[in-house]
Amino acid sequence: MSKKRIIVVGNGMVGHNFINTLATSEHASDFEIITFSEEPRLAYDRVQLSKYFSGSTADDLALTSEAEYQQQGIIYTLSDKVVAVDSQARTVTTANGQVEGYDRLVLATGSYPFVPPIPGKDQDHCLVYRTIDDLEAISASAAVSKTGVVVGGGLLGLEAANALKQAGLDTHVVEFAPRLMAVQLDEGGGKLLRHKIEELGVTVHTDKATTEIVAGEACRYRMNFADGSHLETDMILFSAGIRPQDELARQSGLDTGERGGIVINDYCQTSDEDIYAIGECALWDNKIYGLVAPGYQMAKVAADNIVSALITHSEPSLSFQGADMSTKLKLLGVDVASIGDAHGHTAGSKSYVFNDDIEQVYKRLVVSADGKKLLGAVLVGDVDAYGNLLQLMLNDMDIPGNPANLIVPSSGAEDSAGLGVAALPDSAQICSCQSVSKGDIAAAVQGGCCTMGDIKEATKASTVCGGCSALVKQVMDAELTALGVEVNNNLCEHFAYTRAQLADIIRVKGYTTFTQLLESHGHGHGCEICKPTVGSILASFNNEYVLKDEHIGLQDTNDIFLGNMQKDGTYSVVPRVAGGEITPEKLIVLGEVAKEYDLYTKITGGQRIDLFGAQLHQLPAIWKKLVAAGFETGHAYGKSLRTVKSCVGSSWCRYGVLDSVSMAIALENRYKGLRAPHKIKFGVSGCTRECAEAQSKDIGVIATENGWNLYVCGNGGMRPRHADLFASDLDDDTLVKYIDRVLMFYVRTADRLQRTSVWMENLDGGLDYLQEVVINDRLGICAELEAGMTKVVDSYQCEWKTTVESAQKLKRFSHFINADEADRNLYYVRERGQRRPATDAERIELVSLDAASH
Amino acid sequence: MTDWTTVCNLNDIDPDTGVCALYHGEQVALFRWGSSDTVYAINNFDPIGKANVLSRGIIGSLGERPVVASPLYKQHFDLQTGVCLEDSNVQVKPYAVQVAHGVVQLG
Repeated sequence: MSKKRIIVVGNGMVGHNFINTLATSEHASDFEIITFSEEPRLAYDRVQLSKYFSGSTADDLALTSEAEYQQQGIIYTLSDKVVAVDSQARTVTTANGQVEGYDRLVLATGSYPFVPPIPGKDQDHCLVYRTIDDLEAISASAAVSKTGVVVGGGLLGLEAANALKQAGLDTHVVEFAPRLMAVQLDEGGGKLLRHKIEELGVTVHTDKATTEIVAGEACRYRMNFADGSHLETDMILFSAGIRPQDELARQSGLDTGERGGIVINDYCQTSDEDIYAIGECALWDNKIYGLVAPGYQMAKVAADNIVSALITHSEPSLSFQGADMSTKLKLLGVDVASIGDAHGHTAGSKSYVFNDDIEQVYKRLVVSADGKKLLGAVLVGDVDAYGNLLQLMLNDMDIPGNPANLIVPSSGAEDSAGLGVAALPDSAQICSCQSVSKGDIAAAVQGGCCTMGDIKEATKASTVCGGCSALVKQVMDAELTALGVEVNNNLCEHFAYTRAQLADIIRVKGYTTFTQLLESHGHGHGCEICKPTVGSILASFNNEYVLKDEHIGLQDTNDIFLGNMQKDGTYSVVPRVAGGEITPEKLIVLGEVAKEYDLYTKITGGQRIDLFGAQLHQLPAIWKKLVAAGFETGHAYGKSLRTVKSCVGSSWCRYGVLDSVSMAIALENRYKGLRAPHKIKFGVSGCTRECAEAQSKDIGVIATENGWNLYVCGNGGMRPRHADLFASDLDDDTLVKYIDRVLMFYVRTADRLQRTSVWMENLDGGLDYLQEVVINDRLGICAELEAGMTKVVDSYQCEWKTTVESAQKLKRFSHFINADEADRNLYYVRERGQRRPATDAERIELVSLDAASH
Repeated sequence: MTDWTTVCNLNDIDPDTGVCALYHGEQVALFRWGSSDTVYAINNFDPIGKANVLSRGIIGSLGERPVVASPLYKQHFDLQTGVCLEDSNVQVKPYAVQVAHGVVQLG
């Protein structure tokens, strides 16, 4: 059977989702998929567009790549537009004249921004907010503007306002309706949202109809309003709603709605059954769905229908039955949610309103006439109840107890809006972006998933907007409990606690030794898992010399001899070279030491020098020389701060904005010696060219014109992760304060051997939560975290200096306790002028030579 | 009757750590259990990592068995028998050891 040709017009989020659904299905090999994009790039995350202004690049927003499409065998054409469909011949024609035949055609043409017909709207610096190209234009315009206006105070308008604000403009929002987000919010919610947004420095103008855009006096333009008032601005962004992109369908004779949109049936088929339409261009039951989740549902339905029609010749199993338009988002940092009938349009409905001017929280519940069912809700300022309220409404469940309890702040530990996930039916949709139900998550748990990471990988739940992560975890935990799976996070057989719990115990009880902890909270004799873990926790909080008698038995392979053990049992030596800055004199000392002991010498990725092949008994002599020359230990052996990599920065570089080297050295000297759950690497770049690769580090710092941008929880290595932008434009003191808090919070809460990147991925609430804890002190522990770090900084010692000064400690640095001989099992060959351990084959020859010479 | 050879003082071994002694040309790893006078002795060569390093491993208990974890790849060796817990076909040589009058003796 030859492959069926599927043409997808439009490669936006929904078009890509359709392609991905088909290309990863069991029938993938039966299809040849061809897609066209008018834009010069493949699908990207339009929902996160404003992140482009907070440091994300087009690559960060990408949902796929050309390489991935090529690997999947998907044929794609960029920067070309399908301009005609011949439904008789079943072909499409592009603007460039390319003609392709199809078996089934899928229109995923999306929407275009609506620009009100205002005289003067087509001038330069009058832009829209929809594509990455638009963002580039906005960015260019913002660079030569001081003031910016967004026309439209809806969801997208506020997103756009966020973008302008991040671009550094004096930002205004002009809205035609009497309030912001008129579709989703009621009057009270709109009022609070406006108040909060104005507090952030965005000026809001409501009830304004723009009549014309003319030349300004103080600014480039002047907007005149119907009420006689006016506003001056340098640029204007139109974000007054979207219109379905149905031009191609219209020209091809497909049915379209009076107010636009390609008419589809429950199977997403248009008036020509071989042509489908999905996403924002589609009109179902006279409704356009302008959110991504319903678009993804349509993509699934269309893919299922096409497989049924062409491959399995069976009844389709899915149909589109409308979608819930409830949303929860963060607009300009303000939490906003709208559920169901937010305006109380249902006949006989009643509402409950909670308004807290002090904490700036507004909540409204709309309930049925009998008060038993939840119909809708508006939440501004505190949206924690969103997940539970949404489930109550979607599953038509009875409200437990007094509805008012769902929105009044809880007085005790019990979550007021908690109805318990056990009460939800299996069909309850937990993740609406990826349509994952409670049953799907339960099945994944039954299939062996037992961490959030597993669940995300298996079901894709919580991988788009992340809004459901707390609920997904509750469902997962409930299912694990129901299965009788005791979630065993015990560190090892000696301690029935997690690393984070042990850290709390040690901190609260003030323990200073492993023995105290083992006697009070453990059993047995300990092992190579718990001993180094506890040793590390003790060091993080108390920072005592790690080779102290009561700690020495806890130290892992490398720490116990303050060196990195190599495959043959010899060690590598890495002195600290803070920030990668080294004087010629010190460089010469390293060379001399390496030469004297014939150490294999290599530059590390962290801008320092690694000397390999030192035998145990040689370490003290080597370090005496290094310490005498002013070197300190580099902690290359520890689960601790390794290096702070830096570029040369403003002192030499033509492009440098700030002195990255001085900052790197200061940070390295501050945090050196800090023991942590795993190693920690920093990077400091002196400008946004990012030569220090700071975004691949646990802590990344990048200079901007206005201060430092702080990135956290990045990683290179086996599982690369781009660091998250944590805070922008910080002064030196705030930067250090935030890093102190982030690192100490990591030290307290991470699992054993968990890098910051994985810690972040498993942190409930993710980046937002970490920002809450560190910036807004949500847990009230910032002072403690800082005090903890100060203690570590103040008690720093160079472990090698302490060691070479102690005759007792030096005794251990010999291969034999009862002889001065060295280990005779070491064999080396020379390669490129240096020695390296002999391979097994080389070893046999060397041993026989050795024997012959005796 | 065993002929005991003194290799070091008990106090030369820090509590819960190991040292390596040269005994009739062989490398013997000696481990002191806590701060007691119980000492275990097995050959120092790690047959999996192929290096003379076992004396530098962390000691502890798995169930009731005293073990050392190889500092290279972390396999466990029973301190009394030398048997590798992860692969019972692998064994290192155990030695008879005693502590008398503050000295450690192999025999």
